[in-house]
Amino acid sequence: MAEAMQSINLQAGVPISWYLVLSAVLFSLGVAGFLFRKSIITVFMCIELMLNAVNLSFVAFANQHKQVSGHIFTFFVMVVAAAEAAVGLAIILTVFKNRETLNIDEINSLKN
Amino acid sequence: MDFLFFFLFAFIAVACAVSVVVQKHPIASALSLVGVMASIAVLYLQLGAEFLAMAQIIVYAGAVMVLFIFVIMLLNAGAESRSGRSYAAQLMGPPLLVALMASLGFAIMRGFPGGGTVKFDSFQGGTAQNIGYALFTDYLLPFEVTSVLILVAILGAIVLARKEMD
Amino acid sequence: MEFIIITLIKLAVIAFVLLTALAYIQWVERKVIAHVQVRMGPSRVGPHGLLQPLADVVKLITKEGVMPPHANKFFYLAAPILAVFMALISISVIPFGTEFTVLGHRVMMQLTDLNVGVLFILAVSSMGVYGIALAGWASNNKYSLLGGLRSSAQMISYELPMSLALAAPLLIAGTLSLRGIVDSQAGYNLGFIPKWAIFTGPFPQIFSFIIFMIAAFAETNRIPFDLPEAENELVAGFHVEYSSMSFAAFFMAEYSNMVTVCSVATLLFLGGWHPLWPESMGSNFAAPLILAGAGAICLYHGLNPARPFDRFTLPAFAVIFFGLAGLMAFPPLVPVLTPLFWFLAKLSFLLFVFIWIRATLPRFRYDQLMSFAWKFLFPAALLNLLVTGFLVALVS
Repeated sequence: MAEAMQSINLQAGVPISWYLVLSAVLFSLGVAGFLFRKSIITVFMCIELMLNAVNLSFVAFANQHKQVSGHIFTFFVMVVAAAEAAVGLAIILTVFKNRETLNIDEINSLKN
Repeated sequence: MDFLFFFLFAFIAVACAVSVVVQKHPIASALSLVGVMASIAVLYLQLGAEFLAMAQIIVYAGAVMVLFIFVIMLLNAGAESRSGRSYAAQLMGPPLLVALMASLGFAIMRGFPGGGTVKFDSFQGGTAQNIGYALFTDYLLPFEVTSVLILVAILGAIVLARKEMD
Repeated sequence: MEFIIITLIKLAVIAFVLLTALAYIQWVERKVIAHVQVRMGPSRVGPHGLLQPLADVVKLITKEGVMPPHANKFFYLAAPILAVFMALISISVIPFGTEFTVLGHRVMMQLTDLNVGVLFILAVSSMGVYGIALAGWASNNKYSLLGGLRSSAQMISYELPMSLALAAPLLIAGTLSLRGIVDSQAGYNLGFIPKWAIFTGPFPQIFSFIIFMIAAFAETNRIPFDLPEAENELVAGFHVEYSSMSFAAFFMAEYSNMVTVCSVATLLFLGGWHPLWPESMGSNFAAPLILAGAGAICLYHGLNPARPFDRFTLPAFAVIFFGLAGLMAFPPLVPVLTPLFWFLAKLSFLLFVFIWIRATLPRFRYDQLMSFAWKFLFPAALLNLLVTGFLVALVS
């Protein structure tokens, strides 16, 4: 780590790996929120956070290889995320209509 | 300049992401997530993905998150209740998270040492023209499949959200 | 360094002109609506109420800002700032004239020319809904919550037809840069019909222009789509709890959004700063003639005054108009000021249409608003885009 820090030339630009580290940090935060939080909406938002983190690394790789394919992947992820949000929020609305709660610990009727 | 921008917006992104996780109220979480998305869009600009940066704001921040906020306001979701987690989980969670991040970062820095650098304007392939060209030549089939997926999603959302017809 | 200094000067000029214009659009709106309804409108502060905006600003600054109890403090204060920020920032990519050279420096009449300018405006305007939705939610008031809910649903619904309507002229222009789009509309068919997007191309964009304008009314929360702030059902909707400067911020955001959408319509559909008829037929003389005509009318009414003080005020206006006309006719300034005049003329015409419609049409009911967006506007925009795309592909 230390020698990696020393070898950075301020004129050369930001190393790609830093973007990947940022992406990893955001992804871990998303995982943490997914595990910690109890409101079903917040859990859903943490999934979106994870998708965003993955997109960032896709775009960073696209920059490294100077190819547009990474951008296309990100584009598809965005489209799928939008579709997922529509269906997911419709499910949340239906669940709330039937159960009057958003707490995922209480939505466990398959268990008993 | 590149470093300054990267650190500024990386810091905003991480701070907002932490806020997404720790804020108790869903609206606060949603707005923090908008902050994450906006700063990621700026990083996209730095990486030469100008079309994606705008698409990120239009699709994620402008449509998906507005939908989230709409649902939160519609359901009048209040702040989450505390408790319910075991003592061990509360004690061990944050250190384990930091450990996970550190090991991920270490693995990336080790496995990806001289991966090249990013300078603003060094990659100009991310214009709308390039993306459109790639989308309608090499990736035409996935594109069409995605449109079918969206159709299915629209139908699913309508079926789920419609009132009972009886 | 030179770039930074020029940009800062442009920034200062644009900010000053825009903020003054925003205040005076409100004066124009009050005057126009008053005359439509056969009233006088503001007339006490200054001649013809011309100082009314200034008085309003002073009043709003000196009023007490009231925070409702149990409101979410942070979001309550952040919402108006967010709204006005998102509304003002989109002006930065709008070009309003050609470029000129002053003291050896080339200056573009635009803050910055992005090559994704149209997408930038769409992105920023789609973020504008947060200010309104948050204001509605944070005020802790059921009327404002309803207003915020309505605005978020309405903005999402109308953004789709708006984006689709914008996409059709983009297919013809082949670029996303606003300056490039205007440049692609230069020239004349048959020598006199301008090559604006609504008149020409493989498929005249008149339908997408109409769809865009309808959606723009909804995006800016103007009558007949002002459901989020409907006075007589929601009191004042999302800003019912706001007072003082935070209330003024919402007003500024609304008028600034109006300026933005009208500028976009002008640039994309009405040829930006290209004149209505060719220069060979004397379009350069239009600006001085119109201004001199306005000056002559003022002078005539000043000499035959209807009210006593008109004897002094109207000749003063006449002098201003004659001065502007002389400036427009001054040969070295013609290539700079004439495009600016045409752009501003089209922009003010569209702004006038906004005000005119406000004085004319009643408000939609909420279910009508939604079914209009999804059952009529969206399919129409889609069909228009399909036909345009097909014809563009056929021609090329």
